[in-house]
Parts: sequence; C-alpha cells; structure tokens
Amino acid sequence: MRSLKLLPVLMLAGAGSLLAQSPTYGVGRTPTAEEVRAWDISISPTGEELPPGSGTAAEGAEIYRQKCARCHGADGAGRRAPRLIKRDRGPDANSWSLGRILPIRSPYSTTVWDYINRGMPLNAEGTLTADEVYSLTALLLSWNDVIEEEAVMDAQTLPMVIMPNRDAWAHLPDWAPGQPRLEGYPYGRRGGGGGG
Amino acid sequence: MASKQPDRRSFLKRGAALAGGLSLGAVEPLIPQTAPSDQSAEGQSQEIPDYSSDELVAYGERSRHVTSKRIPHGGRDSPDDFGLVFHIAAPLQDSVGVITPSALHYFGTTRGSIVPDIDPAQHRLMIHGMVDRELIFTMEELKRLPSVTRLHFIECAGNRSSPRATTVQETHGMTSNAEWTGVLLRTLLEEAGVQEGGTWIVAEGIEEVKGASSLPTAKAMDDIIVAYAMNGEPLRPQQGFPLRIVVPGFEGILSVKWLRRIKVVDRFYMTYNDYGHLRQDPADAALSYQIGPKSVITYPSGAQQLPGAGFYQISGLAWSGGGAVSRVEVSTDGGESWEDAEFQGTPQRMAHTRFNFNWNWDGSEVELQSRCTDEIGQVQPSRADVREYWGRPRDGSGGVRGQDNSIQPWRIESDGSVHNAIS
Repeated sequence: MRSLKLLPVLMLAGAGSLLAQSPTYGVGRTPTAEEVRAWDISISPTGEELPPGSGTAAEGAEIYRQKCARCHGADGAGRRAPRLIKRDRGPDANSWSLGRILPIRSPYSTTVWDYINRGMPLNAEGTLTADEVYSLTALLLSWNDVIEEEAVMDAQTLPMVIMPNRDAWAHLPDWAPGQPRLEGYPYGRRGGGGGG
Repeated sequence: MASKQPDRRSFLKRGAALAGGLSLGAVEPLIPQTAPSDQSAEGQSQEIPDYSSDELVAYGERSRHVTSKRIPHGGRDSPDDFGLVFHIAAPLQDSVGVITPSALHYFGTTRGSIVPDIDPAQHRLMIHGMVDRELIFTMEELKRLPSVTRLHFIECAGNRSSPRATTVQETHGMTSNAEWTGVLLRTLLEEAGVQEGGTWIVAEGIEEVKGASSLPTAKAMDDIIVAYAMNGEPLRPQQGFPLRIVVPGFEGILSVKWLRRIKVVDRFYMTYNDYGHLRQDPADAALSYQIGPKSVITYPSGAQQLPGAGFYQISGLAWSGGGAVSRVEVSTDGGESWEDAEFQGTPQRMAHTRFNFNWNWDGSEVELQSRCTDEIGQVQPSRADVREYWGRPRDGSGGVRGQDNSIQPWRIESDGSVHNAIS
C-alpha cells in the first residue's frame, strides 16, 4: 500500500522515467496509426488535435437550420434540447450568470467544437464533417458575441478564441491519496449542531 | 422440464433447492414431496406463478412478491422525449448488507444516453497518447492480465438531500455499491509506459455521445479499476458492458462506462463532462472529485412506518471517498448525544459499510441521525455546520453548496411515521 501511494508522487515530481520500463506481460498489440487516428477524437484546449477544415457563422446557420433547429429552436433558445444562446443579463453581467450554456460558459472554445463533433446531432452522432463542425461552432460563438460574425474558424483560429470564462473557473486542486479535499471544511467538528 | 406435470409446487420447491446449491447430478426428487396440508400454510399463495424454465433454471428471477425498484431521480423523466435515460435512483430503503444488486444499481449519465449494445468479441480498449508503447486490448486479453476484485461505491455528484425529498431513495439513492472485478489501470499504464509529463488521462466510452472525462494520472496509478465484471457476472449494459473504469471514491461521472480508449495527456482536457462539473468558487471545486465522509440511516427512513414502541435495529450505510469508514455514530435525540454504531462486516476502502444500532423506541417523537468518520479523520458535517462554512445562518433553510455529504435527520412521530427532518 505504501508504494502505491509513493509512486504517483514521484511521477508528479518529474521522475517519469521510473515508469519507462519494459512491458511485463506482453499482452495486447500495437495499434496501427490509422486505428489511433480513427479513434482519437479528443481535442485539447490547445487545439493540437483539431483537423483541417474551416467554417463561418453564415455557413453554420444553414447547417443549423437543417440539423439542429428542430430540437434547439430556430433561434437557439432551446426547445426539447438545451438552450444555446446566453441569457440577457445586461452589458455588465457576470459571465457565470448567463446560464449553463456551453458556447458561453465553457472556458475553451475547443470544448464547443469537441462536443458538437462527438455528440451531435442526436441519433446521428459522428456524421458531421470537420467543416460543418467549424461552421456550427462559429455560429454558436457568434450568437453569444464571443467572435465576430465574419470570423473564420479553423484549426489555427479556434484555439485563439478567448472565452469569457477563460480565467474565471476554479481549477481543481492536485489530488493525492489519503488527503482531505478541502482543508477547513467542517470535517473535524464534533458535538452538537443538529441536522436541522 | 418434466414431460408430465404431476405437481408444479413440488417442482417449484425442487428448483429452489437446486438454486440453494444441492447437487445437480441427482435425478430423484431432492426433497420429500410436499404434504397437501402445507400448501395452505398461512402466507403461502394459493396461486401458482407461471414461471418459465428460464426463470427457474437458466437465470433466476426474484419472487414476484418482492417489488423493490429504482425510480427516476430529480424530477427528470427517464426515458425522456428522445428515449434517453438520465438519472435513476437505487431503493436504499430496502437495502440489506452492502451489495447493491446489479439490477438495482443506480444509473446516471450527463447528457442522457441510449444504452449501447456492444458485442464483447468486437470490443477493444486502446491506450495511447503520452506513452512509450501504444496498446490495444481485446476483452480476452484484458482477462488474461492480473485481476483484482474489490468492493467500491459509486456516487453521483448530484446525490443531494433536500427538504422536498420524502424517502431515502430520493435523498440518497444516487449511490450504490458493488463488487467490481477487472485489471488495475495502473497495470495497463505500466505496460504502456507513461511518459514524463503525462499528468492526466482522458477516458472515453464508445456510446453514441462518446462520453469522456479527464482524470489525474496520480489517481489512475493508485486504484482505478478497468472493470469487466460486477457482483460475480459481466457488467450490466447500463453499467458499461463490456468494460468500464471504476474510480474509487470519486464522483460517479468519472467512472466512464463502455470504455474504449484512454489517452495519456499533459493537461486537464476540459471535455464536455468536465465542463459540466466546473465550479466558479475554488472551495466548491476543491470539494469535487473525492466524495466526503457520508452516511444515512436506511431503516427507519422516510415514509416507512414503525408499528409501535419496542425494539428496533437501526441500520444504515456509511462511505467515504477518503478511504475506509472508521466510525459511525448514531443519535436518537436530534444530534444532542451520540453513541457508536456497530459495523456489520469489515469496512472496505471507498465502499459502503453497513452499520447497525440496537434501539428501544419508547413511542415518543424522536429524531434519528448518523455520522460517519473515515480513516483519514474526516467527520461528516451537519447541515448547520455546512451552512456556517458557506456563510449562511446555521438554522437557515436551503440547500448546501458543493457536494452534499451532510447528516440526514429522520423524525419519527409518535404514530410511528418516519419523515425527512431537513429544514
């Protein structure tokens, strides 16, 4: 048990080479480059995995009308599916008050691209082309006043978009085994208090 | 099935005896023929259910008299207009011991999900990204590797009590506990060789929305299980068949189901699932991932009815994401005084632990509470303590912020009815 706890600490301290050892069991095979390409749909906040392609809000509007409006509403106000456009809270509104709405609350534009790409449209997930995903992302970011209406979104421009919450979210503290998550939270208190 | 049916009742009993572990090799009746007088014994139904041989022999069904069931959680219909299933709560009020039966295990997804129908022979798990050797495994290959079997709870971060809730299924039903079998993720990552700087992993499912979550590599190297079985059989489809991760003690969304891919990366990837759990307040965020110390009395609990004064064994479940439960105390006077409860069995790390407390009820109105302490010394707080932490009046109303692991009070009125006592 002690070594289990020690290992990640060493790794985090930069001793990653400790893990660079030979395989013990030799079970499993090496995937082909094509297999990795086909499955690796993760998109980093840096956008490093973004594919070639591009799109604008105008192009996105036509795709939206065909593939999204039925559930999300013609104007993005949401119907059976979630709202996609921020609430009107006035010009000085805190970005967190605009609603739990992906293309305005997400700290990174890449998350918007990634979710449309992996999760939309319902029952036809994975069918959108890269151009279509760039176009729809541009539309949603434009609707929410994050980018200019004419902006072209591609693998270079999308990661450069600064979302309102870019620096307005609480990063998760490092995790280590056997540690309380929040020092000072009333975990040490005994005695009365009652449940009321 | 016998070609003639001389006595269906004796056949039923024989089936039950077989299920009880008697030799399958015996051909003659395994128990004496039932005397006719027994058939009208009190409590025994005169109506014979029409069990098929599958239910009796191939895969046993529970009695038709047992009706414990899951319910949609949080007021959102499941399935919804689109046929998606969201959150379904386990009937903790009926629980005994620590294992949640697989068919009653809680279920949750972020966007909702149509449970995929996966052929395990075609299923693959890929490990890639910042590793020395990218690897792809079949299910058969995973089962060749050294395995572990461990009890772990899973709990949805949204498992919150509220004054509006009536039963313990509504206040606490988004947690369950099962025996998980699989390969430690650490085994697979060591086989692949994590490169320096690979401080996070992204785990992803193969279902239509390809749900993915970011997790610290430190947790992956500690105790995450790549599980292919629960409670002695393959995972249920709703629980990720044929493969999932179980992230002990962490919010349920991180235990990615229908697992197809683990990518080792250099940062928090802010997947859609990650985004959905973002917090603005650092204290809120610090309470995420690891579930706090928590317990709840399941008997007597909300909407149950005590027949009258006398002896009762108070019973409940306790758990913590911080490790094993080390102590559970019970109060029968609304938190004024506390006494230690007894554990039923040995507490396991990041697992539900059953506690019992023998009690004579005098028939007057009382308020029951339970309080969990875990192996790293964390104590379950009262709602008043939590309110005070967040700068609210101790005796105020309203919910608690962050994860809700606060003490659950149940009020027993003099008529024996049990009620949620949260204000």
